[in-house]
Amino acid sequence: MTDTMTPTAPPLADGPGGKPTLLSRYSSLPAWARWAAAAAIGVFVLSAVQTFGGDDTTVLTDAGTSGAMLRFSVPILLAALGGLFAERAGVINIGLEGMMILGTWFGAWGTVNFGSPTAGVICGFIGGALGGLLHAIATVSFGVDHIISGVAINILAPGLMRFMSDQMTIKTNERLASDLAPAFPFKWEGGSITQSPRAGGLPKINVPYLAGGNGTSNLLGSVDDKEWFFVSDLAGVLEGFFTQLSVFTVIAFALVPISAFILWRTALGLRIRISGERPEAGESLGVNIYFHKYVGVVLSGGMAGLAGAFIAMELSNVYREGQTTGRGFIGLAALIFGNWRPVGLMLGSLLFGYPFVLALRDGTGLGTHSLLLVIAIALLATLAWSIKRQNKADTIIAGTLAVAILTWWALTDVAPDWLPNAMPYVTVLLVLLFMSQRLRAPAAAGQTYRKGG
Amino acid sequence: MNASFLRRTLLGAGAPVAAVVFAVALSSLALLVSGSSPFAAYGDMIENASRLETFVDILNEATPLYISGIAAAIGFRMNLFNIGVEGQYLLAAFFAAAAGGYFSGLPPVLHVGLILIVAMFVGAAWSGLAGALKVTRGINEVISTIMLNFIAVGGIIAWLIREWADDTGATNSGTTPIDASGQMPSLNGVVEIFTREISKGRQLTSVLLIAIAVGIAYHLFINRTRIGFDFRASGYNPLAARAGGVPPKRMVMYAMLISGACAGLVGMAEVLSERYKYDQSFIQGLGFNGIAVALLGRNNPAGIAIGALLFGFLNQSSGILQITKSATPEIVEIMKGIIVLSAVIAYEAVRRIKERDEAQSAAEATQQIEPSVHEEVVA
Repeated sequence: MTDTMTPTAPPLADGPGGKPTLLSRYSSLPAWARWAAAAAIGVFVLSAVQTFGGDDTTVLTDAGTSGAMLRFSVPILLAALGGLFAERAGVINIGLEGMMILGTWFGAWGTVNFGSPTAGVICGFIGGALGGLLHAIATVSFGVDHIISGVAINILAPGLMRFMSDQMTIKTNERLASDLAPAFPFKWEGGSITQSPRAGGLPKINVPYLAGGNGTSNLLGSVDDKEWFFVSDLAGVLEGFFTQLSVFTVIAFALVPISAFILWRTALGLRIRISGERPEAGESLGVNIYFHKYVGVVLSGGMAGLAGAFIAMELSNVYREGQTTGRGFIGLAALIFGNWRPVGLMLGSLLFGYPFVLALRDGTGLGTHSLLLVIAIALLATLAWSIKRQNKADTIIAGTLAVAILTWWALTDVAPDWLPNAMPYVTVLLVLLFMSQRLRAPAAAGQTYRKGG
Repeated sequence: MNASFLRRTLLGAGAPVAAVVFAVALSSLALLVSGSSPFAAYGDMIENASRLETFVDILNEATPLYISGIAAAIGFRMNLFNIGVEGQYLLAAFFAAAAGGYFSGLPPVLHVGLILIVAMFVGAAWSGLAGALKVTRGINEVISTIMLNFIAVGGIIAWLIREWADDTGATNSGTTPIDASGQMPSLNGVVEIFTREISKGRQLTSVLLIAIAVGIAYHLFINRTRIGFDFRASGYNPLAARAGGVPPKRMVMYAMLISGACAGLVGMAEVLSERYKYDQSFIQGLGFNGIAVALLGRNNPAGIAIGALLFGFLNQSSGILQITKSATPEIVEIMKGIIVLSAVIAYEAVRRIKERDEAQSAAEATQQIEPSVHEEVVA
């Protein structure tokens, strides 16, 4: 997960007649295999650091961490998918964060009000989609600058949800006081302006055979217990993925191939993508660009709404104000990391979800301390890579940062307690530092399109 | 000619007014649905605002919002979205308060000046970091400034506030309080020349003067200086500006540095004339509200002032609604959001109408100049 610099790099040309090196073989692999290899290398590094790094901790790769990583990457993944749909349709969606906030509230409200997590998921999607619709009206129909509209939605969303929570609280209290049957049965007992009543998530499962669900054998767990270097760690990571797996998580990860299929294998997807690449060309072929931009942005809002619903229902079991903590923007960073492609952004979400987990699980600071070494190793790999590509700027930056972080790691025994909280955001910046120049956004993303213009 | 001028002026003023009317209408609807009377609520809000003490409160609220709005507007002028005013002002206020508390016995002007300079420097450094990341590494400033917000508040401040705490045992510990020499006086005496005495212990912050100075400086900078012109040029058309010899990367760095230095001043009303230190309950959210104010005021110094006063009025109204209970105070939050969103939409709609008008008058003008050509074609 951590050695992220290699996968999206452009394939190296070895020159005609050059012997196939390890690197060129790697770059000739299909994309999914490259990503899988990168992930395996990441686990290898984590496990090596954990074993030989000298910190007495197993928090980096134990099953609990990988399971939590999966859960914490879901909001980022869904937000990134939201960004994917919008940007493929040519609309930048900075408002993902606000739409996520709508999703947190509507997800919790749906769960509480209808007494069913499924209703919560649907309500979360609808809430976010309404935010997306607002963004589409402003940007597509009125031609407002995409970032300005997004910022405005980010300002509107928390206020709106605060008002709605207040309404729910009043309605409930009045009903309790007057003992009248209300026209519409709002349920928010025990909630307040800033917090909803408890709203649990979808059921959780242990996958049969792999992680011992339904009384079957626990294959990965037994390998994990053997304490073989790397193999056991890999099994531990996988075991975490399949243990106490929420159905919501499964849905979220299923949306990755589904989105890929919709966008790259259907006529609708083709039309959405042409709206984001060459809208004039699309219009000349009779594609209704406005309509497809609307579809892209509303779906984008829906995804962000799901991301919010996931935070409220699965991560905290409650809606709370200020719960999204910038994860809409991290989703955008994951989208950039994945080069505007579904599988890539999924890996980006796992990568960016990881430090969130350590912030929660690493009480001693030892895990975060080890993570410093992991980051240093990743930077050293980047250093080697940039020397090979003769990229001077990358070499200097990667070298300086690697030395600095290595020194920090060597001179301290534990990470300071503020570091885990800042780590997710530091990670995003570090990764973007070496990524964002080589990538290509949809050609017309961010531009205002006018029919017949 | 006169009629078209009138039309243009009306259109220009019409957009923000329409936005406010629309927001009032939607909020009234929300109030009606929630079972309270909009008229009672608005009556309370206006009656409250007409009091001298509330007016002082509104000015105190509007002062940091105005500076924050200007900070955001500097970036917006050249299509640079410094969403990180929030983190920049908090970090700047923290370091400035720490520096102000560290020194004692300085002459007043020097002490205040030192605090202001530290604040501007830290704000500029933090946003300059985002600028450098954009210019040298191509990282989008929206993402980097948001990440830097979290790093500033959750990382740096959370770490140093304990290291530098004045009294580590206190529940709300913060930096060492600033001596009297580093505090700005209140403007009550000046205001009271024109009005009755300001009661209830209200103090009008003299940081208001700094805000006014910032507004004037912004106006002169954008409209009267070479580099301000370059700013606007790269905002309108970066390619043309580049062809005209405006270095785009340097412009981005300048914009981020100036915007950040301005953002550094946002927390000064709190540091210099209210709290005199940075602690856990230091006011947050001014950065994002400042962005809203900048959007409302269309990056225009006078417009931003109106926006800041409007937001100050709304924030104060939330307080009075809490007391009179004629409506839920949260209605104010919705009004702010709706005003901003409908204002940006209204501005764009008006811009398109104007564009069409111009195209029309240009077409008419060319027809008047060359009627013969058209006649020949027709013939």
